[in-house]
Amino acid sequence: MSEITQPSPIAVPLGAPRPLLLNWRRYVPLLLVAPLLIYMLVLYALPVLAMLLRSLNDPTWTLSHYAALFEDVVFMKTFWITFNTSITVTLGCLILGYPVALGLVRAKTMAPLILVIILLPFWTSVLVRSYAWMVLLGRHGLVNEGLIALGMIDRPIRILNTPLATQIAMIHILLPYMILPIANALRQIDPSLIRAASGLGATPFMTFRQVILPLSMSGVAAGTLLTFVLALGFYITPAMVGGPRDITLSMLIAQQVDQLNWAYAATLSAVLLATALAILAAARHLPGVGNAFKTSMR
Amino acid sequence: MILTRLLPASVVGLILFFLAFPIVVVAIVSFSEATYLTFPPPAFGLRWYQAYFSSADWLKPTWVSLWVAAAVVVLATFLGTLAALGVSRLSRPMRIFATGLILSPMIVPGIVVAIGIYYAYSRYGLVGTPIAMVLAHTCLAVPFVVTSVTASLAGLDPRLEQASLSLGATPGATFWQVTLPLIRPGVLVGALFAFITSFDELIVALFISGTGAVTLPRRMWDDLRFQIDPTIAAVSTLTIVLTAALMGCAHILRKRNQA
Repeated sequence: MSEITQPSPIAVPLGAPRPLLLNWRRYVPLLLVAPLLIYMLVLYALPVLAMLLRSLNDPTWTLSHYAALFEDVVFMKTFWITFNTSITVTLGCLILGYPVALGLVRAKTMAPLILVIILLPFWTSVLVRSYAWMVLLGRHGLVNEGLIALGMIDRPIRILNTPLATQIAMIHILLPYMILPIANALRQIDPSLIRAASGLGATPFMTFRQVILPLSMSGVAAGTLLTFVLALGFYITPAMVGGPRDITLSMLIAQQVDQLNWAYAATLSAVLLATALAILAAARHLPGVGNAFKTSMR
Repeated sequence: MILTRLLPASVVGLILFFLAFPIVVVAIVSFSEATYLTFPPPAFGLRWYQAYFSSADWLKPTWVSLWVAAAVVVLATFLGTLAALGVSRLSRPMRIFATGLILSPMIVPGIVVAIGIYYAYSRYGLVGTPIAMVLAHTCLAVPFVVTSVTASLAGLDPRLEQASLSLGATPGATFWQVTLPLIRPGVLVGALFAFITSFDELIVALFISGTGAVTLPRRMWDDLRFQIDPTIAAVSTLTIVLTAALMGCAHILRKRNQA
């Protein structure tokens, strides 16, 4: 571009095209995002993909690792335990979480206190919370001592290192992920709808059943999916408080890596990842879930 | 009214008790004078805190965790804030790719991320170095920075930036003097989340911290394999207090930002 055609910045009328500057500016957003994208590709996404590739190209290109899963008793059992645990935990969270969400939304003076009680465990690391359940559920833990003191049992029963311990600890850890999206949905219900229902003669139960519950379903769906998907990937809690033989998919993967069995570990990882992504992809089409997800993740 | 009839406060109270109780018990046990784990403690004292603060075995991993988390805060906040500034103005396909990649560590199961990183990092001799921990933890922390900064950018009135530009400020001056002060709470919240994400992280640390970069959660995990002596309760209580304080700050900052 010659000096003569270069317009002086002051002489440019507002809104007139400024080719050089405009072209440069078009790439500003990309230039801002590029460092992070390159960082994450190199240090996270490509490593994970390279690892997953071992399920397809070890020793040569083959689908045999996936085909073998169908006859793999260990995998089948582990997958079943993982799925089963996730369903139990999600149901437990739903049953315990809905009343708390209702309580949180309806509470007035107590609301900040309830929120702190929900958020405090939410902010505590999974490791510390799992440790807390080791303290409580152990052979001489508070739960056993309490049950003996109440005369319900004669001598300590085994709770720690059983599937029940895993389920209790996981429900405790995941409960906030269920409560917060439901509370969010409940908060958005127009109170005049509830007044209208009771004004028209609906009993409290009818109002709940026919007004509140249907309108909170987007939050219930979001909380359920979030809890379930997170539960599928649990590793630390089942390893710490669960039974020695109740191995989750994540634990089996870690075990295989320890034995340098990369092809098998990669195949299992692909299955775990695909299951989680499939559930989330299906969930995106449910009305209201996308929104509830966004607000609950923040 | 509906609530009181349908849902006795006692039910909600019991569930809240279930949520809070385990953490309270850990805190109480940490002040026990007993040499073994028992509840209620026969006497109270600070012996397990003394044990923690006088043990190099515990203090060294604590410093590793703090330094790694501090480096993660710098790296993740810088990269994440830059990306958040650009991501909303990308073309649609590029935006979907970028947000998908950046947010995916929140969804991808921890073990898959951990062994993928272990698989690649071990090939470059990074396993067992604090640098590897910083590089890996930054990937896990960045989604929180990007979501937090994006949220405060969404609440930004675009006319303020336009006014600054039309009054003759350069884009750089506009960013430093107008945009950044307005999104600062979002950046700070993101930085706090980044710190806690790294400080509490265990699964990746299990695979890549080796013997040279043992972090505090990794040290606790190793200890729990052998015994559950109350030192861990003391360490746990300290981390609960630290994370709760930081998260409390984040919560207040965010509320103030929304108001």
